Amino acid sequence: MLLLLRRLVACLFVCVSLALPASAQQSDTPIQLLLQQFGPEIQKSSRKSIGPAIDALANSGLPDAQVVLERWQAKDMWFEKETGLFVFGAKADGGALTLFDVAGGLEIGTAPRKSYKQLKPNSGIRGMIASALVQFQLNDPDPVTRQRALTAIERDAEATHLAALRASIDVETDAALKARKARLERLLTIRFAEEDAERIAAIEGFSGDLSVDLRAALNPLVQTRLDVAQSLPEGAMPVDVGEGLSPDAAYALLTAQNLAPPRTDPDMLRAALIENIDGDQIAGIQVATLDTDDARAAVYATLAQSGAVPPLVTDEDVATTLERFVFFEAFVGAPVPVALAAQTALKDIEAKLAMSQTVDLALDGLSLASIYFLAAIGLAITFGVMGVINMAHGEFIMMGAYTGYVVQLFVPDYTLSILLAIPLAFAVTFAAGVVMERLVIRWLYHRPLETLLATFGVSIALQQLAKNIFGTQARPLTAPGWLDGSLVINDVIAISYIRIAIFVLALIFLALFLFVMNRTRLGLEVRAATQNPRMAASMGINPDRINMLTFGFGSGIAGIAGVAIGLYAKVTSEMGADYIVQSFMTVVVGGVGNIWGTLLGATLVGTLQKGIEWLNPSNTLAAQTYMILFIILFIQFRPRGIIALKGRAAEA
Amino acid sequence: MSTLLEVSGVSVSFDGFKAINNLSFQIGEAEMRAVIGPNGAGKTTFMDIITGKTRPNDGRVIWGEKSVSLLSMSESQIAQAGIGRKFQRPTVFEDQSVADNLMLALKKKRGPLAVLRFRASEADRAAVADLAEQIGLAAALHRKSGELSHGQKQWLEIGMLLAQEPRLLLVDEPAAGMTAAEREHTTALLVEAAKTRAVVVVEHDMEFVRRLGCKVTVLHEGSVLAEGSLDHVTADEKVIEVYLGR
Amino acid sequence: MTDLALTPPRRAFVLRHPSAVIFIGILALFTIGVTVLAEGFGIGVISTSFVKTLGKTLCLCLVALAMDLVWGYCGILSLGHMAFFGIGGYAIGMWLMYARTEIIVQTSLAAAPLPPTPQEISDGIAAQIFGVVGASEFPPIWAFAHSLPLQLAAVVLVPGLLALVFGWLAFRSRVTGVYLSILTQAMTLALSLYLFQNDSGLRGNNGLSGLQNLPGQGDVPQSTISILFFWASALALGLGYLMCAWVVSGKFGSVIRAIRDDEARVRFLGYSVEAYKLFIFTITAVIAGIAGALYYPQAGIINPAEIAPIASIYLAVWVAIGGRGRLYGAVIGAAFVSLLSTWFTGGQAPDINLGVYTVQWVDWWTILLGLSFVGVTLFAPRGIGGLFDLVAARRMPNRHGQDLGPDAGALREKEADR
Repeated sequence: MLLLLRRLVACLFVCVSLALPASAQQSDTPIQLLLQQFGPEIQKSSRKSIGPAIDALANSGLPDAQVVLERWQAKDMWFEKETGLFVFGAKADGGALTLFDVAGGLEIGTAPRKSYKQLKPNSGIRGMIASALVQFQLNDPDPVTRQRALTAIERDAEATHLAALRASIDVETDAALKARKARLERLLTIRFAEEDAERIAAIEGFSGDLSVDLRAALNPLVQTRLDVAQSLPEGAMPVDVGEGLSPDAAYALLTAQNLAPPRTDPDMLRAALIENIDGDQIAGIQVATLDTDDARAAVYATLAQSGAVPPLVTDEDVATTLERFVFFEAFVGAPVPVALAAQTALKDIEAKLAMSQTVDLALDGLSLASIYFLAAIGLAITFGVMGVINMAHGEFIMMGAYTGYVVQLFVPDYTLSILLAIPLAFAVTFAAGVVMERLVIRWLYHRPLETLLATFGVSIALQQLAKNIFGTQARPLTAPGWLDGSLVINDVIAISYIRIAIFVLALIFLALFLFVMNRTRLGLEVRAATQNPRMAASMGINPDRINMLTFGFGSGIAGIAGVAIGLYAKVTSEMGADYIVQSFMTVVVGGVGNIWGTLLGATLVGTLQKGIEWLNPSNTLAAQTYMILFIILFIQFRPRGIIALKGRAAEA
Repeated sequence: MSTLLEVSGVSVSFDGFKAINNLSFQIGEAEMRAVIGPNGAGKTTFMDIITGKTRPNDGRVIWGEKSVSLLSMSESQIAQAGIGRKFQRPTVFEDQSVADNLMLALKKKRGPLAVLRFRASEADRAAVADLAEQIGLAAALHRKSGELSHGQKQWLEIGMLLAQEPRLLLVDEPAAGMTAAEREHTTALLVEAAKTRAVVVVEHDMEFVRRLGCKVTVLHEGSVLAEGSLDHVTADEKVIEVYLGR
Repeated sequence: MTDLALTPPRRAFVLRHPSAVIFIGILALFTIGVTVLAEGFGIGVISTSFVKTLGKTLCLCLVALAMDLVWGYCGILSLGHMAFFGIGGYAIGMWLMYARTEIIVQTSLAAAPLPPTPQEISDGIAAQIFGVVGASEFPPIWAFAHSLPLQLAAVVLVPGLLALVFGWLAFRSRVTGVYLSILTQAMTLALSLYLFQNDSGLRGNNGLSGLQNLPGQGDVPQSTISILFFWASALALGLGYLMCAWVVSGKFGSVIRAIRDDEARVRFLGYSVEAYKLFIFTITAVIAGIAGALYYPQAGIINPAEIAPIASIYLAVWVAIGGRGRLYGAVIGAAFVSLLSTWFTGGQAPDINLGVYTVQWVDWWTILLGLSFVGVTLFAPRGIGGLFDLVAARRMPNRHGQDLGPDAGALREKEADR
């Protein structure tokens, strides 16, 4: 009836306005009529009242609705001031406006701009339009648009999307998009479906899923609010004061809800007393005597009796008041059954997450272990084979890292420069090691403490030298582009390629070490010289040469470790010192003189450090402290490390 | 004659190698015993077990009248219980004088606080001088022991052993590297010592063992091969086989 | 020199130890000289800051003495004694900081309309002290900070107990030689990392500061305080020297030197090597703690960086350069190297212009120290103290066999009977 009337009016209107420039405009198209129906709201353009209009347009099923919403959102919609008819407009020269029909979008002529008014929806309204548009885009012929619409829903879902999404699934032709839509539909069902049973079914349907979006959908459902009442409401979980809730917090809740008078804390008490100072007295008591809490409380009580201050709320008062109430947590995100289902699902997810996190942690530990292994392997060689503690080992690591840095100064290609840096770092530190062995160490064999001190002297000199040459600020050692990013296994587990590369490098060195020691002449000679130097010497093995090469080899590996460490940490003159103690720990824990021991030691130290960090993530210093303490205790039980040589060989 | 030390069924292995295999051994008070055997027979490991340096995997080591087990005691406790040991290579404290070395070994309280308060009495100094006389180092009393000859160091070590007043002496190759005259002196020292206490001498040199004139235990591959007088064991087929090879 | 059997028992201690007498004499002369020349009571030729430097040097000599006892005599290369030194400093620093802040807080609260309660004073002090680390309550570790006697006890007890527990664990499992050094280094690192944390209760990397002000003695000028601390340091060093000389002189010294040279042999003599090592380790830790407690009020500030392993290694450097195994060597080394270091790093040493490059000692001193340390280890293992041997033409034993004695360091663990 109303529609008929409107149509009649519109016809009349058309007749009247025949002479006007906009004469070509159809005022009785369904879309125009729908717009007219919400004319005042649309013209007013207020976020509060516009909702029904957008919903009506979106749900009208009219073919033009999508275009209208889009143009409206783009601020292309105008209305004629006189008639209130809506048009699309494009500004033309000379204050004119080119008009297009809202139905069909055909140009219908130009008109002076001043007789029209532009609709300028604010950002809030544009957002509402956008989310209304999503359902159209879901069925857009262009898959890219559909994809974008899905992304939009994923980012910011609304209840209205559910129906649209459901409707769009069946007609979806792209299999991948269809699967994505179906999944999104289940997620939206969890959040927005009206029937509890439906939501619960959706929740249960996700069993086994760990994804972040599922957790994001579930988490709001299990939100609770701490509340208080005289008796426990249905479906609420009681909270015991003293266990889950401190008495202070409980009482603060009561105060906040005006269920109890505020507690008299020392500050309030002091302020109240100061307010009531009368000369040098308060309520007849000398101010000077009020230097204990008890004295102040007594005066306050006197004041309270006289009504000058509110009565004192003591601890007993708090306790009795608290007893009169029940504190509870109530679900606020969803009806209780849904919330419980969500809670179960989340617990399930958490259990599975914990497993993934353990795997992630183990991988983290492993990559740290490979770094320690790389840093310690050279030390293990010199310590294990020659019985020499090289305190300058850390500085050899630093030297390797700086070599990498210098190479990058000259070779801008990162891949090439790293490939160059590795052998160069080996060469530089090998040479440094040989020089040090020739000049210092060989005079001090069988005096391990002396060696320790002399190499320490070298260490401080080298460190300061690096500082003098390269300055104190950290220098970058940039990894090639193909090492950026990480290998993502699931939402929790991701390993950066650099760490994988270091892990591989560690494996390579393990293999190299085993090869050199077990398959080459040098290795044979080294082993012989280790086990019985005199015998080896009498067999024609030159122990000097063996020691020199062994020391050089150990130092060279330190240089390569330096390049590897420099790739993911900064290169500074003090970087060696950061690794030296851990390297020693690795060697000591693993057991001297055995590469597998070093490997085990590195694994233990690395995973242990990560494990402790995980227990106390805010504090890596504490993690290191506890790790060292653990190692000191470990040494108690295995003084010779995990893999200990027994018998005469151990005591040689 | 009562048993002072009883070792029974002791086995020890290093990384699978059985250094001592089900070894049993007894010695009484005031008895001298020579232990011989080829290289690797386990002579040194045997001493290590008695003195607590090596813990056996199996077996018992029982000491004294009260039959205490030595296996649960530390090296220093075993030494204090009355077992003294002389090492193969002379190990004296070369940075200190002969007198200091002997004073260190003199039987006194061994606790840190007691030692901190210790000041040598007349009697102590007399005891040290007496010992030095016995081992023929009276003239070298104030020399650093690092300056002594090899044989003198061996004697000093025997002197330190005697200063401990042990009830059992374990002596590892005392005559190694000594001149004939020095050997004679060493033999006399040991025979003298064995009059009042048990002495176990590990030795390679048959001539030296013969001069000691005591019961002999032959070790081979970690167990006792033969036991008896020197003539008896040297006549033993198995011993000959082990020593001379097939 | 320490030939027990030779020495008649009733001769006075001083006569048996001429070097101790000479040392005490020189120390006394030095103390009197500085007092006369300083500003506090004397003619003011020496500045107050230099008096403080000298006082601090005496404390470093004391801790070097402890290091010599544990390393030079007993063969334990401890890289943890500067940690004990730092603990002593922290223990006294807590009281100094607490007492001084208490006075400040009391003064500021005195202006308030109500007289302060004990709780308010305590809260005020805590807020002052821990504001920098974002805390406002006293951690449990400060429970005794209000009491000077208790904190003085802590100066002795905390390093002592830590050394006792750590030493017991380490020696019990027969950790020796370089292993032990690394383990002590790890302990030191763990301690300094712990102190670097803000929630360690000791103000994290800010450390404790303002320690040069004696609480309640605001009127006493620093020139006087510096002399008082100088005297205290000299007294402590003198007493410490006498005590160390007494410890190493008798049979005890003979035992620990024997442990240094061949610990297995000592064990077979019936001495409990672990007990002796523990005794020495603990007593030297206590000496280090006392030295630290005297040092840091003169330095004015202590922070965890002072405890880092590098400090302990430097301590070993001083003792090695001075000459191990002789008490005066440790003192000479510590005094010589630390004063020289102050001179070089303080920018007082003239730069050397090589034309192409100017050697600035602030940058190059560490390199020189490191290299000269290598040189001393290689060519002059007896250190500066070795010069005295040249003068005195002390006869060294003609050693056959292996190196022994303090100059060789502890031997590698070996099979004693091979």
